[in-house]
Amino acid sequence: MNSGLEVSWEEVKKIFDRLQREAEPSGYHLNPDVTFTQELVKGLLINEKRYGYWACPCRLASGNKAEDLDIICPCDYRDPDLTDYDACYCALYVSGAVLKGEKKIKSIPERRPPAEERKSPKSRSGDQKKFSLPLPVWRCRVCGYLCAREEPPEVCPVCKVKKDRFERFNKLPPTLSVVF
Amino acid sequence: MGMTHVAGKNKGSIILYALSTCVWCRKTKQLLNQLGVEYNYVDVDLLQGEEKTKATDEVKKLNPRCSFPTLSINAQCIMGFDESRIQEALKP
Repeated sequence: MNSGLEVSWEEVKKIFDRLQREAEPSGYHLNPDVTFTQELVKGLLINEKRYGYWACPCRLASGNKAEDLDIICPCDYRDPDLTDYDACYCALYVSGAVLKGEKKIKSIPERRPPAEERKSPKSRSGDQKKFSLPLPVWRCRVCGYLCAREEPPEVCPVCKVKKDRFERFNKLPPTLSVVF
Repeated sequence: MGMTHVAGKNKGSIILYALSTCVWCRKTKQLLNQLGVEYNYVDVDLLQGEEKTKATDEVKKLNPRCSFPTLSINAQCIMGFDESRIQEALKP
């Protein structure tokens, strides 16, 4: 159980307070179960000492930063997991519904692809002749914030309006061509 | 490989692959302790070199995504802290 790396209560508290302070104005919510969340923060700090970066405490880091970039907190999978499961993989972040007590969190399936698939990213260069984007672009109708992801965020990180104020933005007129 | 043995009621072969920093893994250990069953666990993140590779290979055989906790109860694999499935698999 002992990782051999000690993290003090003061260090945990300091980072916990900072994350708490930063999450809300950006439209994210820390898990309201303080004991649970502080344990995760402790895990992040142990991983920082161990690997030099905040590898997800609930995933096995390789120790090679380039290989682990996608699982550095907040991880690449946080937002889709919040959309689908109301919590990120480790449950440091939760949805508004969980915060209000309307939903409960549980252990969720791992979305991160296995190592072999991560090593061969699907045709990054792709076919550049056609106009195609890897993800839909969403626009906040209130403040114009744009983001490229499967679903709009739960709350606009800029103006805090809800998901239902977003519209699809990447339906460009056929006359427009985009060259990357 | 450095498995830690936890004494308790014999319910067959129970092996838990965990991470020392993972809260869901900790909850799984707590549940097994609460149920009072005999099991072995290993915190894979605390292993080094060959031992770590060997452990991750074992996890991948059970669970190709190599996520934690991975729990093997008499060759039945339970991924994540799935309380009801664990209870079910260890029913008296």
